[in-house]
Amino acid sequence: MVTQSSAAQIQTESQMRLLIVEDDRESADYLVKAFREVGHVADHASDGEEGLALAESGEYDVLVIDRMLPKRDGLSIIGTLRGKGNHTPALILSALGQVDDRIKGLRAGGDDYLPKPYSFAELLARVEVLSRRHGGPSEETTYRVGDLELDRLSHQVKRGAAEITLQPREFRLLEYLMKHAGQVVTRTMLLENVWDYHFDPQTNVIDVHISRLRSKIDKGQDKPLLHTIRGAGYMIRDGIR
Amino acid sequence: MTAFGKLIRTTAFRLTLVYLLLFALFAASLLGYFAWNTRRMITEQITDTVNSELSELSEQYTKGGLRGLVAAVEGRALRPGANLYLVTTPQGQGVAGNVSSLEPGVMDHPGWAETFYKRLEETDTKNHYALVKVSQLSGGFRILVGRDLEERRRLFGIVAKAAQWSVLIVVVLGLGGGVFVARRVLRRIDAMTGTTQRIMAGDLSERLPVGRSGDEIDRLAENLNAMLERIEALMVGLKEVSDNIAHDLKTPLTRLRNRAEEALAKAGNEGEYRAALERTIDESDGLIRTFNALLMIARAESGQARDNMIVFDAAEVAHGIHELYEPLAEDKGLTLDVAADAATIHGNRELISQALANLVENAIKYGQPAGAPAGKDPVGSGAAARNPDILIEAHREGDNVLLSVTDHGPGIPEADRQRAVERFVRLEASRTQPGSGLGLSLASAVATLHGGDLRLADGQPGLRVTLVIPSRGVEQKTV
Repeated sequence: MVTQSSAAQIQTESQMRLLIVEDDRESADYLVKAFREVGHVADHASDGEEGLALAESGEYDVLVIDRMLPKRDGLSIIGTLRGKGNHTPALILSALGQVDDRIKGLRAGGDDYLPKPYSFAELLARVEVLSRRHGGPSEETTYRVGDLELDRLSHQVKRGAAEITLQPREFRLLEYLMKHAGQVVTRTMLLENVWDYHFDPQTNVIDVHISRLRSKIDKGQDKPLLHTIRGAGYMIRDGIR
Repeated sequence: MTAFGKLIRTTAFRLTLVYLLLFALFAASLLGYFAWNTRRMITEQITDTVNSELSELSEQYTKGGLRGLVAAVEGRALRPGANLYLVTTPQGQGVAGNVSSLEPGVMDHPGWAETFYKRLEETDTKNHYALVKVSQLSGGFRILVGRDLEERRRLFGIVAKAAQWSVLIVVVLGLGGGVFVARRVLRRIDAMTGTTQRIMAGDLSERLPVGRSGDEIDRLAENLNAMLERIEALMVGLKEVSDNIAHDLKTPLTRLRNRAEEALAKAGNEGEYRAALERTIDESDGLIRTFNALLMIARAESGQARDNMIVFDAAEVAHGIHELYEPLAEDKGLTLDVAADAATIHGNRELISQALANLVENAIKYGQPAGAPAGKDPVGSGAAARNPDILIEAHREGDNVLLSVTDHGPGIPEADRQRAVERFVRLEASRTQPGSGLGLSLASAVATLHGGDLRLADGQPGLRVTLVIPSRGVEQKTV
């Protein structure tokens, strides 16, 4: 009953221009190739100076910046850009995966932080969410996906005509999924954004929450809206599109 | 460096030399002062005697004339140990007295003088030395009264000898003592140096020799030994960890490699390749998790995570973790409940949440239903009425905030509790449950980071694990 599709099969509706600043040749090539395969345009800079120059001149939707780079480190690139009024969303990649480093990265002006080693599905999901945010604030008071409707002010959720009662946390989970409707949202993104935890649970806690939510919004419906994306996470979307 | 060179370079020897100089100066000045004062006293005494005799004799001269004076002088000169007397005519001829010769010119100048002289009755040729006073009498006669200075010279000689000897003894004893102390210190330092060299060469079990005197060197050696003890414990810990890492990371790596190899050799269609690759990714994700947990523990243990300490409510953390894990527990057929009172903690909220999450994950993994007491509410709304299978608690107790998780699982026998906290230790020998074996270690490291500890106790019948965190935080404790 639950439709599954794999990460690689997701075709993105809008093309993004990305800048990847990474000194490891192999990782950089892999990222450029992988982003192109899913339909985005990716440029590559191999050191901090080149990265800063490209970021300043080019019109990018998202910057993917390694923390430790030759000539100029990643945090300094972001700091310089922000100082000049350039607010292109930036995701920091780092081998330093600890909470403190993440906080340092975000304080320096980064918009997201992903510790190495990461999966491409996770990176792609995060970059797409960042790009959407840059494209314009999706601060509507009502989110709609198919016949599912969520009112952020009255906290009412309806599927068709039927009202659905959700626990506060379930509401926030659905709100986050619907805010990023049509985009893959990973388990870590949910844990970070819905629960505000930055650790890695050893168990499938998030899956259990999702399946509870799914049973409330999709049970007994012909058209499921909440999809599991294998190897990546979850996505809410109208099945037809 | 020669042994002697080493000896004279020791602090002890140098100190001895300084003290030696000070003592020699002290002895010399003491004796000098004594000698000078004695000399002054003797001189004063002589002066007084001579003055009074002169005035007596002058009186005799005034009363009895020259004859009376001569009689008095002759009388006095004959007494044993007599002073020196000489009466001369205006031409300088001796009239009476006991002096046979003087230095020339002494009689010509009235007043005090020091002179060599000879006595009349003396046969030896040796010159004696005396302090004399010459006085002019009426009629051109002169009179000399004086006293031998032999006594003064002898006394001076004694003092000078004493000074020589005392300086010599001070120097000999001082040098000997200095060499003795320096050699003793040097021997102990050499022994310590030898030990430290062996330690540096790799034998961490060596300890510095500690004497029985309890002096500063012994205290230093004791402290260094305590430091070595700590270093050795850390090294042993490190070695154990690296052994465990080698074992627990190599095992999944080998599995990973074997599966890839097997897939390469046997898989026939795309589906099988896909399945093998997915298992590979799962396995490597597990490895990354283990690695992250190890790094997190290392970080907590080294105290680096102290930068992000904030003040927060432990009850809020307990409720948050309960809310996150409640559906998972329910899925496994267990009830998860929380009982928390407001209790503020100054600490790293993220790490404490993670530690509590680990404890809850363990409880869900190993926990069993508490059994069904009579009158169980099937709707589950009366959770308080029955024992929950797993209970998260948070409350203040004295200066500490206790965060505990109690389950109804098999528990851990008391003998194994200490071991359970160690890295990678999984008491279940067959390892049928997934997990890295780092959950309790991380919780323990987090507790230590905050200046608290992790306590394992009997939950009757399950396990009760408690994170004890000092509420004032570790910073105030160390300041």
